[in-house]
Amino acid sequence: MCLVEKEAALDELGDIVQEFLVESHENLDQLDRDLVALEQEPGSRELLSSIFRTIHTIKGTSGFLAFNRLERVTHVGENLLARLRDGTQVMTPETTNTLLRMVDVVRTLLTAIEESGAEGDVDVEGVIEAVTRCIESANAPAEPAPAASASAPAEVKAAPTPVETEAPAAAEATDATPEPVPAAAPAVEADVDTVLTAAVAAAASASSADEEHASGETAAAQARRSIADSSIRVDVDLLDKLMNLVGELVLTRNQMLRAVTATSDANLARTGQRLNLITSELQESVMKTRMQAIDHLWSKLPRVVRDLSGSVGKQVRLAMEGRETELDRSLLEAVKDPLTHLVRNAVDHGIEAPADRRAAGKPAEGVLTLRAYHEGGHVIVEVADDGKGMDPNKIADVAVQRGLLTRDQVAHMERREILNLVFRAGFSTAEKVTNVSGRGVGMDVVKTNIERIGGAVDVDSTLGEGTTWRLTIPLTLAIIQALTVECGPERYAIPQVAVHELVYLDGQNGRVIEHAMGAQVYRLRGKLLPLVRLDETLGLPMSSGDRDVYVAVLQAEGRKFGLVVDRVLNTEEVVVKALSSRFKEIGMYAGATLLGDGRVALILDVPSLARRAHLNMGAVERAQQELDAVTGTHDNVDRLLIAGVGERRVAIPLDMVTRLEEFPLERFERVGAREVVQYRDQILPVLRLAQMLGVYSEGEQASSVPVVVYTERGRSVALAVDRIVDIVEDVVGAERDFGDDGLKGSAVIQQRVTELLDVRRAIMAADPRFDADLDTEAGAGYDSDSLMVGA
Amino acid sequence: MASRQYATFEVADQLFGLDVAKVQEVLSFHEYTPVPLGPRSIGGLFNLRGQVIAAVDLRVQLGLAARDFDGPAMNVIVRTEEESVSLLVDRIGEVVELDDDTVEPPPDTLTGPSRELITGAFKLDGRLMLALDTNRAVQTTTGNGIDE
Repeated sequence: MCLVEKEAALDELGDIVQEFLVESHENLDQLDRDLVALEQEPGSRELLSSIFRTIHTIKGTSGFLAFNRLERVTHVGENLLARLRDGTQVMTPETTNTLLRMVDVVRTLLTAIEESGAEGDVDVEGVIEAVTRCIESANAPAEPAPAASASAPAEVKAAPTPVETEAPAAAEATDATPEPVPAAAPAVEADVDTVLTAAVAAAASASSADEEHASGETAAAQARRSIADSSIRVDVDLLDKLMNLVGELVLTRNQMLRAVTATSDANLARTGQRLNLITSELQESVMKTRMQAIDHLWSKLPRVVRDLSGSVGKQVRLAMEGRETELDRSLLEAVKDPLTHLVRNAVDHGIEAPADRRAAGKPAEGVLTLRAYHEGGHVIVEVADDGKGMDPNKIADVAVQRGLLTRDQVAHMERREILNLVFRAGFSTAEKVTNVSGRGVGMDVVKTNIERIGGAVDVDSTLGEGTTWRLTIPLTLAIIQALTVECGPERYAIPQVAVHELVYLDGQNGRVIEHAMGAQVYRLRGKLLPLVRLDETLGLPMSSGDRDVYVAVLQAEGRKFGLVVDRVLNTEEVVVKALSSRFKEIGMYAGATLLGDGRVALILDVPSLARRAHLNMGAVERAQQELDAVTGTHDNVDRLLIAGVGERRVAIPLDMVTRLEEFPLERFERVGAREVVQYRDQILPVLRLAQMLGVYSEGEQASSVPVVVYTERGRSVALAVDRIVDIVEDVVGAERDFGDDGLKGSAVIQQRVTELLDVRRAIMAADPRFDADLDTEAGAGYDSDSLMVGA
Repeated sequence: MASRQYATFEVADQLFGLDVAKVQEVLSFHEYTPVPLGPRSIGGLFNLRGQVIAAVDLRVQLGLAARDFDGPAMNVIVRTEEESVSLLVDRIGEVVELDDDTVEPPPDTLTGPSRELITGAFKLDGRLMLALDTNRAVQTTTGNGIDE
């Protein structure tokens, strides 16, 4: 009987402790922010008061709940804060460090309480001593130790009100105790305690000088209370349940609506419409309850950046854009570690030391920008630094050294693909290993974690200018954009985030499946794309031949592959349903979903399919080498766009071409000495090949100009030509000479002499900002033309 | 005397019974989404009011040839600890109340995969009803149905 009662009481206490923990964690986050902000604004009484209140609250509750260590730590902290707030002591970087250290110990204690229900044996003496020392050192210069007791009354006079002086005075008294620390500690406690109680009581009955401050505090407290009153805490499980129920309601509504359309009852139809609207609104609202601003996560980062940049001797300013961007709570949780890792990595490796930055002509202070925004049903989170950037050549070298790839493989990769190698397991280009990052663990984990929640990671970097990491995160775990495909009689959903492009293979004009040592491949713009047949992979009867099929180009685990399916249906938002554990070991499905007609469709797990594709990579690579040997693509491009410029024919490597356009003459505008054209919200510099080649252009009389758009890293250049002649596959009988600048040489193509355009040189002429890129890529990128070096 | 209610159904002309408390509902359904590479005894997935339910082909579980999905099949939806699962059966019978002491252990001559699933035999008028162990009947994680 007695036991039962006791248990009930404990239970009740448990609830209080829970609440205390939740509240304290929130408070501590606020505290971190305040403390870092305080450094910028050392005199801010407002911030100091806020910090003081937070610590005071924790102290009060921990005292009530008999968490003695916690109480003692917050106690001395509060003591120091009171002095700072009242201006008895000024803020120094050392004070901030000590306070942050105190916050950390408080956090450790709270974690211990959360885990075990007790404080455990967390060491608190060190930090208590540090805080005490901090208080002491502020006094020490002014008052020699022996005079401590005498100086106390003196300070009372100097201070504005008797109320405020009491705490510091008493603190000094305790500080002056000459005994060694371990023995002194309890004594300190006792003293401070009495004084603090007095101080708090006194503060409540604020004296004249303090009144203004006190009323300000009350107003602030009221403001906070009103925010607290307008919201309640809800268990996430409950929200999940609500979410599921709404999901079911949506489906019931769908069935209902189908049934209603079958009848001709106007009344029922109206009711159905209303049900439809209400359900949609309900669904939206319930989704919203699970959403949280990303700021919730970001608010921890200023502290991370401050501590880390300090310890590695760098100056970093953290900028945040789009902190109000919301995403699902469970996703927020999943993004936390990857994001923190990226931020740490950027501070440690991305941003250079101040001296290096100055040497490179940059301001000593590096800028780390966090950016969040919505894009196409996803949340994009970017971590961008203006640091030294990554060198694709170096990454490629490391990949080869580590045996991850062969020289040949690297030579065939695009710049972005090479940069993305950093996400491979066991990859780190850091020259020296630090305790922060660069141990070869991390980026692959970042990638795995993000892919696990149906997201994607990407990196882009410009040497000398900085690196941008980009996380693409679904809005919620429950609803994803999916591509529905058909294979045999069944439909499957593929998460849209993994889909790069769709290709239809009609079995003609090179759009065919080819075989390389049993592996199926497709030539996607001259590169062999390993193919995975969905029917074969799922052990289904071969439903499709090699013709009249679709290839969905997917990317996962850093590699691209094509999934062969019978038909591509559409892209839609689907509700993800977890699959029963009995299907886990198949590993091929990420979940199930209900399609518009109510049928169940399986959601394919793209990383698993990718692993399957890589089993075939060996054969594909051998085939690529053979292909190269035959077509000579090794140091040449295999598809060329032939354009006519005056009387001359110019060949442009097709894989550098983004688009062919035709602009009316009036679209060409002048900016200074340059010609530009507006295109898709961008201003493209125009390079007239006729001018470059010094030929007479027929185009000058025409009303519109054909343009070849070349895009790289978001920058585009328009190459104006007279006409687009053809696209050819092979270059036969290439002859090199050292012709005009901007040309690599000439070749006989289709029985006519055609000049090979050196696209980079040509572009440099139009947009000198491409210059920087040229340096980083010569020799490593698409074309290691030794002739150019010789020239 | 303790008695218990059993929901009865037929598979391959044999009458089976399940504790009625374990049965969530009974319904007929005809569109199942196959799970390629899944356990052989999974007949497919279907949508039960927004929930994705796995249908276990009881024929396969009993060591018989798999069902062909020409027409609608009857589903006995049973609740297990983790999820609701459907058992695909041929015909639904009545709910019968049976005394616990009319049960006999499964006959020794009963062998094969079905032996594992049956907890006992009830003697009804003119025929036998075999009581199924719910948990074992829906157990499919061992690849191809029952592990022997």
